[in-house]
Amino acid sequence: MSIAEIVEKHGNDRENLLQILHDLQDCSGDHSLHHDAMVQLSRIMNLTVADIVGTASFYSMFSLRPRGRHVIRLCESPPCYIKGSENILLALEKRLGVSVGGTTGDGLFTLETTSCLGVCGVAPAMMIDETVYGNLTEEKVNGIIDGLVKAA
Amino acid sequence: MSKPRMFLLVPIDANTVIAGAREVKNRFSLEIGKRGLAGEAKVIETGSFGPADAGVVVAVQPDGVVYGRLAPDDVPRIVEEHLVKGRPYVERILPGEKPPPPPESEDARHTQLHGRVVLDNCGRIDPDSIEEYIANDGYFALGQALTAMTPAQVIEEVKASGLRGRGGAGFPTGLKWSFCAPVKAREKYVICNADEGEPGTFKDRLIMEGDPHKVLEGMAICAYAIGATRGYVYIRGEYAISIERMQRAIDAARAKGLLGRNIFGRGFNFDIEIRKGAGAYVCGEETALIESMEGKRGLPRLKPPFPAQSGFRGMPTNVNNVETLANVPAIIRRGAAWFKSLGTAGTPGTKVYTILGHINRPGLIEVPAGVTLREIIEEYGGGMQSGSFHMAQLGGTAGDILGREMLDVPLDYDALQKVGHSLGSGAILIMNESVNVRDFLHACLKFFHHESCGRCGPCRNGLHVLRDITGRLKDGKAYKDDPGLMQEVALALKSSAFCPLGQSPAAPIMSAWRYFKDDILSGVDSNAARPRMARSLRADLSAAI
Repeated sequence: MSIAEIVEKHGNDRENLLQILHDLQDCSGDHSLHHDAMVQLSRIMNLTVADIVGTASFYSMFSLRPRGRHVIRLCESPPCYIKGSENILLALEKRLGVSVGGTTGDGLFTLETTSCLGVCGVAPAMMIDETVYGNLTEEKVNGIIDGLVKAA
Repeated sequence: MSKPRMFLLVPIDANTVIAGAREVKNRFSLEIGKRGLAGEAKVIETGSFGPADAGVVVAVQPDGVVYGRLAPDDVPRIVEEHLVKGRPYVERILPGEKPPPPPESEDARHTQLHGRVVLDNCGRIDPDSIEEYIANDGYFALGQALTAMTPAQVIEEVKASGLRGRGGAGFPTGLKWSFCAPVKAREKYVICNADEGEPGTFKDRLIMEGDPHKVLEGMAICAYAIGATRGYVYIRGEYAISIERMQRAIDAARAKGLLGRNIFGRGFNFDIEIRKGAGAYVCGEETALIESMEGKRGLPRLKPPFPAQSGFRGMPTNVNNVETLANVPAIIRRGAAWFKSLGTAGTPGTKVYTILGHINRPGLIEVPAGVTLREIIEEYGGGMQSGSFHMAQLGGTAGDILGREMLDVPLDYDALQKVGHSLGSGAILIMNESVNVRDFLHACLKFFHHESCGRCGPCRNGLHVLRDITGRLKDGKAYKDDPGLMQEVALALKSSAFCPLGQSPAAPIMSAWRYFKDDILSGVDSNAARPRMARSLRADLSAAI
């Protein structure tokens, strides 16, 4: 979808900005909001670029930097913490060779942390793109990453 | 077509999908078809009825058998043994789970299912079928309100029921409605707050996934009572299944004329839209949520004016939590007196909790208000999984940490307030002694620090300081005055932060200090000296807040 089509779909009103940004990010190809797209959007919606960037940067689901093909979001809320999410983070950092916020050299993975995913029954948990994985262990994490590398 | 004699209820929610529930469900349909049982056994996709860590769960009714931890390859055995030969396949039976009654049984309709009010349909009916909801008295209360009650009578009934807001604060719902009702305006709004961000809380998600029409019906009744014509459900962006099911429910209700124009032929117009959040804890606060709905940064507003006077688009707006609204249809249908007969005097009705941590059966439960922590662990949580009870956090990360002394206090708003605690949002995190209170506090403070919206100085700066202090305590490198400073800053935040986000870290900190003072003090290194820089920072901070 083009930017104009996305705005058309939701309606050119300030109150639809978040819904528009969601779609814009989904269509970006790298899970992020591109600066030039926001500049175009500012013209269409008659808002300042600063206003749009300021709004987008407030919300953790929006990224202003390009992200890898798969975005890994490890839950770091207390319910996952008591079930060992810190060790899972270390395992992910070791396996991917990047720290939180980083993207692997091959552009395949971006590692992020997130607040509660609401699947605390299977803590510790993480979300890769739209899929949630629970009851994580170091072996399980490595298996999941291997699977995604193979599929790539 | 013959009436099925067996029902296989397959909860499809975030927890079971992870374990492969969709594959198992498809396999059941396939195997049942292969065996020519399609007319006799019906596979129904439902929401969760409770268990959250039991893998793929399937309830077979009317036999009352609950299977857990199923893989697709277990399916042929269960079909062969249970459905064909009538012998439950014991290897996969989940002990201690009570299944929901089958969707079409008469006795289930008018008896209370495990005493459930909010979750009575969850796990029993297909959330995508408005017909099943209607068959279970759905939209009856809306019809009753529209045809036999005035808006004022509806508000009176809700007031008389004593229903209190289930989002955490416990404000009387009827009273909240009565603020909005008399305000004259061109348009009024009902907002359902489904921005469930409190760590450990996922009850609202499972209510929306298991019984979305109940929430819509509650919203429509509220709209009639306060004179609103438009409703919005603000759902967390991460809750993909909730968003899909709520949208399908809205479409189905609209197609049946239960939303839209001239509902029940009474000239009442009301429609609902979904707004998707984008990941900000602070948006659970009602004025921040409204800002976010207007497409802005989710910064809380100064109150007054309260949303009842000036909310979304500057119009009178009533914001209620998902669980609160899901209580409303039953109150209208069965009356305030019935509702008051459940729970305690100060907190009538039931409370939905998510119970988590080191217990045998984590998951979703609905219990009469006033049940104690000990009963929840033993009767509903299946006891401790390992070790013994060390502490619990009540109401998510913004909630109090309780020690062993509090195991027998009734969980209702008033009883807890008497002993200096609050009930919060409905998460109960049970911990054994493997969890060190200093580590845990640091995890809580890291969360608050990350989620602070940065609008007001006390929260922005204070949470930075608190995160650092708890980090030093965790590492056993705290300065001698750190424990005192920690409390001082927490209390300063409680009295000066702009919104509940900044005010609430005092809850875990002060309650942890109350029960685990020695543990906290053990994080102090008596040889550590505070660098000069930090001392001046402290002076700056005291001046600032």
